[in-house]
Amino acid sequence: MRIGVVTFPGSLDDRSALRAIELAGGVAVPLFHGTNDLKEVQAVILPGGFSYGDYLRCGAISRFSPIMESIILAAEHGFPVLGICNGFQILCESHLLPGALTRNADLHFICADQKVSIESTNTPWTRGYTKGQEIVIPIKNGEGSFQCSDETLKELEDEGRVVLRYVGKNPNGSRNLIAGISNKRGNVVGVMPHPEQAIENLTGPSEDGLMFFSSILKEMVSK
Amino acid sequence: MAIIVVEVMLKPEILDPQGQAVASALPRLGFTFANSVRQGKRFEIEVAGDPTAEQIAEVEKAAHTLLSNPVIENFVVKVEK
Repeated sequence: MRIGVVTFPGSLDDRSALRAIELAGGVAVPLFHGTNDLKEVQAVILPGGFSYGDYLRCGAISRFSPIMESIILAAEHGFPVLGICNGFQILCESHLLPGALTRNADLHFICADQKVSIESTNTPWTRGYTKGQEIVIPIKNGEGSFQCSDETLKELEDEGRVVLRYVGKNPNGSRNLIAGISNKRGNVVGVMPHPEQAIENLTGPSEDGLMFFSSILKEMVSK
Repeated sequence: MAIIVVEVMLKPEILDPQGQAVASALPRLGFTFANSVRQGKRFEIEVAGDPTAEQIAEVEKAAHTLLSNPVIENFVVKVEK
């Protein structure tokens, strides 16, 4: 079961994501932004970080890299993609997901263990959780405030496409406490918190994030 | 030589915490004129000679594709000599 992780110039969490895939029992395949070669992976993760220094807007320049051409085309045909943090921002800039991530409401960079609830298990990345389950995984970003039009917000809520929601106080001004969403088909998921940083108790606040990676691997096996 | 200017602003309905921070700093310095402040971006694109209609159309296309994010931002294109 081959899962790719793309390294962009300025990616930070690519190695953590590769490690999470391995810990979940998959084969982790490093991918590079500068080619369009997906190396026969069966799913792909866009990791967190500050690709292209967050210049212009977060994710705006990465979105036009050669590997994204392949990913956008594949995603439109059902290929599973998970964007974490900067990866979520890239997915929004690519128009694979609606809305945008903007500056945190209080302007602070936030680095904290965050309680979130699993709002949808109808994606290959969250199938292993139970709906309504509360998990604790880290958030670490300066531009994590999810914004979209009223129309898009209604569509996301009505179609059950909110995947993760912050529990408790809104950390960054995101509309409806949204921490993660999916596309209509469910194969493309973007989350602001970092499941790959909560995969073992030694290095994270919990092991709650590991199920993102176990879920996709289970999905691949059953196909 | 002319400069094609692209100005990008967050849409009015999108929260602008940077603008708000500037607005709250102004009165601390004794500047009391501002009801509110919105912060944006300005791009200056240098072209040879007078820009043609096609060039301006191309810049508008680039502004829509790369320089702005139409989900949260509006832009205007103008020419300065």
